[in-house]
Amino acid sequence: MTTSFLHPALLLIVGAVLLPLVREPFRKLYLCSVPIATFVAVLALNWQPGVYGEVVFMDRWTLTFARVDNLSSIFGFIMGLMAIIGTIYGLHVKDNWQHLASWFYVAGSLGVIYAGDYLVLFLFWEMMAFASTFLVWFNKEEGALAAGYRYLLVHTFGGVLLLLGFVLRYQATGDISFALLNEQDTHLFTWLIMAGLMLNAAVPPLHSWLPDAYSKATVTGAVFMCAFTTKTAVYTLARAFAGFDILIVLGVIMAIYGIVYALMENDIRRLLGWEIVSQVGYMVAGVGIGTALAINGTCAHAFAHILYKGLLFMAAGAVIHSTGVCRFTELGGLYKKMPNTMAFMIIGGISVSAFPLFSGFVSKAMIVAASFEAHLLWAGFLLSMVSVGTFLVAGLRLPYLVFFGESRCSEETMSRASDPPWNMHLAMLVAAFFCFLVGTYMPFLYDMLPYRDTTFHPYTSYHLSETLQILVVTAIAFVFLKDRLAARPTISLDLDWFYRYGGRLFLWLAERPLQWLDTAWGAAYRVVGLYGLMVTARFWAWFDWHGIDGLVDGSALCVRAIGRRLALVLQRGHIQQTIYYAVTFAAIILIAYVCL
Amino acid sequence: MIVQLIDFLKARPKAVKTAATIALPVLLVWSVTGVDTSHAHTWAERYIPGFWALFTLLACLVLVFFARWFGKSGIMTREDYYDD
Repeated sequence: MTTSFLHPALLLIVGAVLLPLVREPFRKLYLCSVPIATFVAVLALNWQPGVYGEVVFMDRWTLTFARVDNLSSIFGFIMGLMAIIGTIYGLHVKDNWQHLASWFYVAGSLGVIYAGDYLVLFLFWEMMAFASTFLVWFNKEEGALAAGYRYLLVHTFGGVLLLLGFVLRYQATGDISFALLNEQDTHLFTWLIMAGLMLNAAVPPLHSWLPDAYSKATVTGAVFMCAFTTKTAVYTLARAFAGFDILIVLGVIMAIYGIVYALMENDIRRLLGWEIVSQVGYMVAGVGIGTALAINGTCAHAFAHILYKGLLFMAAGAVIHSTGVCRFTELGGLYKKMPNTMAFMIIGGISVSAFPLFSGFVSKAMIVAASFEAHLLWAGFLLSMVSVGTFLVAGLRLPYLVFFGESRCSEETMSRASDPPWNMHLAMLVAAFFCFLVGTYMPFLYDMLPYRDTTFHPYTSYHLSETLQILVVTAIAFVFLKDRLAARPTISLDLDWFYRYGGRLFLWLAERPLQWLDTAWGAAYRVVGLYGLMVTARFWAWFDWHGIDGLVDGSALCVRAIGRRLALVLQRGHIQQTIYYAVTFAAIILIAYVCL
Repeated sequence: MIVQLIDFLKARPKAVKTAATIALPVLLVWSVTGVDTSHAHTWAERYIPGFWALFTLLACLVLVFFARWFGKSGIMTREDYYDD
């Protein structure tokens, strides 16, 4: 164990704090160099696996800031890489606070990934939640503020579940280390920790925050958000809950649920948000299967997913950035105006749809193969069905509704539409390059996977034939079914209905019955309480005046009168009589003292 | 360049359709004759020719029609639903 190391999250935090001090012309250079330095720090840390940064806290707990092993390395690597891509994408943003929030958010994610115990994990977990909320709040669009509050409340709830879980676990076992939990010996804390982590992975029924917040974040904020929260949660689930069967069921439900909602969606980023829910479903199912191949598949898919989903969010962001429109009902036919953005979106779309030569092909298949190998045929077939849906949604419906088909754009939208600034191009190019690299040069990704001796060969003739059949038939089916998948000016109700209306019910309760009770109480107090108080006060004033004061005054008058009488008897002015009384009194006292 | 390619294809919808209708049978013939299915996981994959094409067709229909039915059952609603 060594303590001298540089935590990548620290670099980002210091970099973020110093950012407001940096002025042009160095600002852009600085913006690029901090995430690059962070990525180098990640590489340096991954180079020598081990445990670093152990600190004894309050003489009781050993905090571990960096546990570097096969599982944390790959996630650290991709988070570091995505931080560079995301920052380049947002390079044109003048508002330093947005960069600050993004960097704190990434720092939180890196902190969680390298954390070795629940206290450090929780610290960075909350840092992620709070920093990312600002990425929603910085959007000036209508509804963003409310969406940010919903996001924060939901994540605070998740944080509390996690906190309760690990505190109960500490009480029961005296252990705060963040390690694999035992499926055979589950307690309340096991489920609480799982629920806390699952909320961030957007596992139903704890998922509605994702499309809600991601569609309301700033253009660059959404690019960061789509990469970090859910995939960090997948990492934590893979660390603590690998092999928990319930995750297979939840993962498959999640994959189907997300794709069904994506098929109905009208908002470009909400569609992508639902797609995340669906794709993270594969990863959660992979964690649940828990075999070496499944965990490898989960990590590979998370890695590939960050790149292609980042690319899709960047392309969607480019459309929103230039047109200011996010609904499919107000888009369409933009290919002539934004050809490059279209190309990038299609690359993202075919990567997620597992086209050969692109990243999804080499990653998603591992999870499907792992489910078949574990004899979970239902899971394998249902996940394959979702693959079909994925291509329908991200590979066909999304580019079709934005760039092809009839134009539903207003003249203003059409005239504003153009390819985005150079930095957005560059970021998309880098992400697209990595999508291609992962899909073509397998050792790049496969050599980073946690179980290095488990091999997987995606480019077999059987897998190719299976994938091509899926893709070609889906494409042909889309031609016939596209009218049923057309843009409609609707929103889809989801489980957030309960807390949106729950919030309204609370507000109604506060405004109506509670307010009425409060008003009635005020009136009752005025009528009964205040009158009664005045009467009581008057009585006590009378009593004070006549009773207390009378008693005090009367006793004073009495003492004065007695004094006068005594003075008349005792102090007549004859000195010998006075001496006689005094001596007699002293003698009585003396005798009494001696005798008693 | 990209725009020209798309315009070129858009101008020839028939050619695109023909290409697709040729591609599918070619793919299916290859999958039946040229692909080793002995490592397939299930019986169905091994012995039903073009299994994944059939599976995909079914999956498309199930997903699209389920999503439409589910949406129409009251899940898809007006955009200002939460604005009241």
